[in-house]
Amino acid sequence: MKLGGETVYRKTLHGVRVPHRKNTAGDKPEKMPIPAFVTIPMSMHIGAAAKPIVNVGDEVKVGQLIAEAGGFVSSPVYSGVSGKVKKLDDMLMSGGQFVPAITIETDGLQTMSESIEPPKVESLQEFLDAVRASGVVGLGGAGFPTAVKLTVKDLSAIEAVIINGAECEPYITSDTRTMLDDKQLVWEGIELLKKYMQVKRIIIGIEDNKPECISTYKKLCVSGGGVEVKALPAMYPQGGEKVLIFHTIGRIVPEGKLPLDVGAIVINCTTLAAVAKYIKTGIPLVEKCITVDGSAVKNPKNVIAPIGTPIKDVFDFCGGFKSEPKKVLYGGPMMGLAVPNLDAPILKNTNAILAFNEKDAVIPAETACIKCGRCVSHCPLNLAPTDIETAFKLKKPEDLDVLKVNLCMECGCCAYVCPANRPLVQINKLAKAMLRDYQNAQKAATEMLKKKEEAKKEEKK
Amino acid sequence: MSNMTVSISPHIKDNTSTTKIMRDVLIALVPALIASFLVFGARALLITAVCVAFAVAGEWGFEKIVKKPSTIGDLSAVVTGVLLAYNLPVGIPLWQAAFGSLVAIVVVKGLFGGLGQNFANPAITARIILLIAFSSTMTTWVIPGATDAVSSATPLAILKGMEGGGTLPTITNMLLGVRGGCLGETSAIALLLGGAYLLIRRVISWHTPVAFIGTVFLFTFLLKGDVNYSVYEMLSGGLIIGAFFMATDYSTTPSTDWGRVIFGLGCGLITVLIRVWGNYPEGVSFSILLMNILTPYISKATRKKPLGGVKI
Ligand code: SF4
Ligand code: SF4
Repeated sequence: MKLGGETVYRKTLHGVRVPHRKNTAGDKPEKMPIPAFVTIPMSMHIGAAAKPIVNVGDEVKVGQLIAEAGGFVSSPVYSGVSGKVKKLDDMLMSGGQFVPAITIETDGLQTMSESIEPPKVESLQEFLDAVRASGVVGLGGAGFPTAVKLTVKDLSAIEAVIINGAECEPYITSDTRTMLDDKQLVWEGIELLKKYMQVKRIIIGIEDNKPECISTYKKLCVSGGGVEVKALPAMYPQGGEKVLIFHTIGRIVPEGKLPLDVGAIVINCTTLAAVAKYIKTGIPLVEKCITVDGSAVKNPKNVIAPIGTPIKDVFDFCGGFKSEPKKVLYGGPMMGLAVPNLDAPILKNTNAILAFNEKDAVIPAETACIKCGRCVSHCPLNLAPTDIETAFKLKKPEDLDVLKVNLCMECGCCAYVCPANRPLVQINKLAKAMLRDYQNAQKAATEMLKKKEEAKKEEKK
Repeated sequence: MSNMTVSISPHIKDNTSTTKIMRDVLIALVPALIASFLVFGARALLITAVCVAFAVAGEWGFEKIVKKPSTIGDLSAVVTGVLLAYNLPVGIPLWQAAFGSLVAIVVVKGLFGGLGQNFANPAITARIILLIAFSSTMTTWVIPGATDAVSSATPLAILKGMEGGGTLPTITNMLLGVRGGCLGETSAIALLLGGAYLLIRRVISWHTPVAFIGTVFLFTFLLKGDVNYSVYEMLSGGLIIGAFFMATDYSTTPSTDWGRVIFGLGCGLITVLIRVWGNYPEGVSFSILLMNILTPYISKATRKKPLGGVKI
């Protein structure tokens, strides 16, 4: 029996050809000078926020644990600088929520913590403990704690682990650099997976606009080694989890199920390298390679910066701005999050910061939907954004249920191709919330009904 | 630094726009305009100009009155005007052409909510209304090349045996458009050129035209068993302009590939039924209008299944 056996008669999912603009692909990342202070939020991952274990005035060193995981689905946080804890308070994240954050004034010495030593890893449990302790979360952008993803009840359910090296967003090249500069670590990570998780098949998925990465890893693969490289067409959103799974092992992850239900685990290449680095050296996730680019940036390049560095410092390191930045993003232009100001820090899952000038900051005004169907024919998941918009405007959550807006991965293909510039992703987000409210209300109603009936039965007795 | 734009992703867009799409449609209609000028003379241009002017003015005025922002810049009114003109006989009085334009823009498009909201093709509906209201001027055809307006039979009427004694034009003349008919519909070559342009620019997909024209060809062949006859049917009347330019209108036709095939199939069947058994020699307009009405159902029935979606 194959899990999640849905027959699909197409070989590839729809997508869009976005401009690549991988301007920085050839630039080895530069380590930037230590900023005057770093601000590290406790919620840089999906799940419970981490709990600070340092107090104002405490001295901290590089690699020192400053916050413990706040639960199973959570992740510990380490300091990437040495210095003194200045502040412990709430900060406003660009998602709109307040999150506790630790501000550290750096001393510029970068003294390493004495506690750093490679963890003892000899069994699956020790491996998972090490992954948990490494502070690594999904670095491709999702921020899902890696240890949770790798905690699998039945190892035989894993048919393949897919290493995500697609990097399909325009501009971003930090994964490319990791794959090239840290190929040793990536490969060690692969070996770890093979050894402790008994993975028989590992597929490295790389978009074919990165031939250097493809050939590098092809050379490392030996026949019978269980590792293969899959060159994928450079078609956005190739790096989307569901899309990647379909294009590598041909399975569809059904609604409400996890990739593991179809035998797959997808792990980003940089995430894997970070895990391997911790197990090899004991240095947890404290710094990130980020692509700094966009039309407002003077010298676009890849930069290695401690987590918590204000993005302003990173831009300054890249020569500052050549024109006033009108829009600044965490991540790529297709799915990235716009930040309201330059004080926002580098997070664990930040892989790029982009700054755009006035001309690139505005999306042309929206006009009436002309029912052209482009949004439908480009959606990787076969959703119908134009119908979703209609159902949303008519406030018909039951239609949204049929249209499966809950499946939308917000990849943005639909909005990208819409000639009327409809804000389709925004509408889908709102429609999802409307559907959720409706479903919750329905659930509550059925429960009420049940209780009433039970009460009636009781009475009769 | 608080004047930074904070908007929801995506932050880039491809370079399509409604205006660019409409501009492409207009470009695709240029060969037919040249053909109609060569076949029917300057009056063809005059009628087109009148239709366009009244369509644009009608949209502008209507939106002024209902206090909506003006959308004449998207060029869709221009397209409607041109398409309506192409569906009129060259001898039509100008005021009737102008009236038709206003009906198309104000009644069929504007009152239903404007671009994208109307369920019936404005040009086609206006043409049918004109046909019913002014049936004599709407069916007085001019022999191309004749200096005076002499009424002549269209190939379809001849095929149907409605006007005894008419001779069919040669296939070459059918292709070039030297035949009786509406001013923009006669030159198959010019229309196919435009259709090819739309296909290459991906403004339309091949599904509807192929299904529509293919069905007409096959169905008439099944009826008469004569390839020659079927070829005439294919090149006659408004089939080619209808299949490429009217049955591919976004808002009034299905948006899925299979939906488009069904739409074309339905149009083809109804066209032949009307042409062979109906009272009118031509059935393309009626078939498209009828299928317009079915479009929401076809779209719904052929909607793609969301990947991984669990049935509810
Ligand atoms: S792409 Fe835009 S204009 Fe076309 S159907 Fe979708 S929402 Fe409407
Ligand atoms: S509907 Fe959702 S999944 Fe489909 S293209 Fe739009 S954003 Fe992507």
